Amino acid sequence: MQTIDLSETGLRAMNKLLHAQSEDTNQTAWEIINPKGAHAIACGLNAPIEVTVKGSTGYYCAGMNQQATVNIHGSAGPGTGENIMSGKIVIEGDASQYLGATGHGGLIVVKGNASSRCGISMKGVNIVVQGNIGHMSAFMGQSGNLVVCGDAGDALGDSCYEARFFVRGKVKSLGADCEKKEMRKEHLTLLKSLLDEAGIDADPTEFTRYGSARNLYNFDVDNAGAY
Amino acid sequence: MCGIVGLFLKDKSLEPRLGEMLTAMLITMTDRGPDSAGIAIYGAETKGRTKMTVQSDNPESAFDGLDKKLSDTAGGSVKMAVKSTHAVLEIPAGSTAKVRAALDELGIRVMSRGDGLEIYKEVGLPKDVAARFDIAQMSGTHGIGHTRMATESAVTTMGAHPFNTGNDQCLVHNGSLSNHNSLRRKLRREGIHIETENDTEVGAAYLTWRMQNGATLGQALTSSLDDLDGFFTFVVGTKDGFGVVRDPIACKPAVMAETDQYVAFGSEYRALVDLPGIENARVWEPEPATVYFWSHNDTPSATEKAA
Repeated sequence: MQTIDLSETGLRAMNKLLHAQSEDTNQTAWEIINPKGAHAIACGLNAPIEVTVKGSTGYYCAGMNQQATVNIHGSAGPGTGENIMSGKIVIEGDASQYLGATGHGGLIVVKGNASSRCGISMKGVNIVVQGNIGHMSAFMGQSGNLVVCGDAGDALGDSCYEARFFVRGKVKSLGADCEKKEMRKEHLTLLKSLLDEAGIDADPTEFTRYGSARNLYNFDVDNAGAY
Repeated sequence: MCGIVGLFLKDKSLEPRLGEMLTAMLITMTDRGPDSAGIAIYGAETKGRTKMTVQSDNPESAFDGLDKKLSDTAGGSVKMAVKSTHAVLEIPAGSTAKVRAALDELGIRVMSRGDGLEIYKEVGLPKDVAARFDIAQMSGTHGIGHTRMATESAVTTMGAHPFNTGNDQCLVHNGSLSNHNSLRRKLRREGIHIETENDTEVGAAYLTWRMQNGATLGQALTSSLDDLDGFFTFVVGTKDGFGVVRDPIACKPAVMAETDQYVAFGSEYRALVDLPGIENARVWEPEPATVYFWSHNDTPSATEKAA
C-alpha cells in the first residue's frame, strides 16, 4: 500500500504519481490522506489500481476515470466521476450535484444520497445510489442505468433517450417525455446484477422502471406553429 | 463564482474565536472570489446604544473629530473606533436615521447599522481584507463572510458583500440575478434607497422593501423565490442567527455542517475542514427552494416553498 499525504505532497504531484502507473504496475493499492475537500483528486486515472481517499473530496474527484477503482471514505463534491469511461467509484457518504455527468461507462456507487442533476447526460455509465437523488437527475440521459434505492426529486429523466432508471421509493415528478415502464424479466436480471455489483442488498421486485416515452424523438407536426 | 462562509456558534466558549475561525474559512474561499471580501460579525450589544459601521476612502480626514461632530445630531455621546477605512460608531439608540442623514451630507458611506452587527468590506484579497480590519481578533456569536468574483457590476467597496438590509440584518450572495434592472427601477419608485448597479444590492433592497411592508424575514426570503430571477444562494444574517436559501435550480454550491458546538455554512466543504470536530459533524447540502433558519432564540427550521 502506497500512502500519499495530500497536505504534504500537493495535488499536482499526487495526481502525477497516480498517472505514472502503467497497465501492469505492481503498485496497485494507494491511500490518500488529508484530502480536506481538495478539487480534482485522482482525476484522469488510467490503470487498474485501487485508490482510497480517506476523507471528503471537492469538485471533480475521479473525473474521466478509466480502469481504476476510487473509494471515497467521506462525501464527494460537485462533478464527481464526471465523464467516467470505465472502472468504479464508491462514495461512502453523500455526493454533490452532477455526479457522473456525461459518464460513458463504469460504475458509480453512492452509499448516502446524491444531489441534483445526478447522471446528467449519462452515456453508458451505471450509477447506484443507496439513498435519494435530487432534481433534474439523468436529464438527457442517453444510455446506461441509474438505480435509486430511495426517492428521486423533481423532473427525473427529462428529455431522456435510452437510459434506464430504476427507483424503489417515490419519484417527486417525471421530466418531459419520461414515463413509467413495465418491469420485465430481463430488467429484474439486469437490476439484480447492478445491485450485486454495488454490494447493496435490495429486492429488485420493489423497484419501478422509468425511461423515455420516445415522443421527442420525432418532430410533431402539430407543433409547427411554434416555429 | 463567489464564495460564502457562515458560522453560528451554539457553544459560548467558542465566541472569542469567532473572528479567527471565520477568517480561516474566508481565506480558503479566495479562489472562488479574489476581487473583494467582506465579513459581518454579530458581537456585544450595549443597552441603550446602537451601532453604525461607516467607511471612507479618506479615513484620516473623514473620521477626524467625527464623533464630536455627530454628537449633537445623535442627541448624546458618540463613541468611535477607527479600523483602517472603516469606523464603528456607537450612538444612542433611536438616533440611526438622524446620524445617517448627517453622514450622507459628509459623504461618508454606511456599511451597516444595528445593535450588534458590524460589517467590514473592501476590495482586495480576502487575507488582506481580513488583516486590514483585524477580523481574527474579533469575538461574537455568529457571522457571515463573502469572497467576490465580480460578474454583474464593478469591483468597488460598495459592490462588495455583505449588504446591510435592515437593522442587524445583512445578506451575502453567490450567483447572479437577471431581473435586477427592472426590480431596481420598481424598488426606487417605492422609495427604497439603492446605491449601486450591483445585482445583489437589489436582492438586499428587495428583502428590505418586503420587510418594511410587514413581511418577516422568512416570508421575504420565501417570496424572493418567486420575484427574483436568476441564480442565487443567499445567506442572511439576523440579530440572533442566520438563514440560508437557494434558488430552485440550485446550481450554486452550498454545504452545511452541524455539531453540538456550531452550525457552519460554506460554498465548499474545503471551507469547513479546519473547524473543531468537523470529522464527526453532520454534513449536508441544503435543499433547493427551501428556507432554513438557525436562531439563538428558536429551534432551527426549514420550510420548503411549494412549486
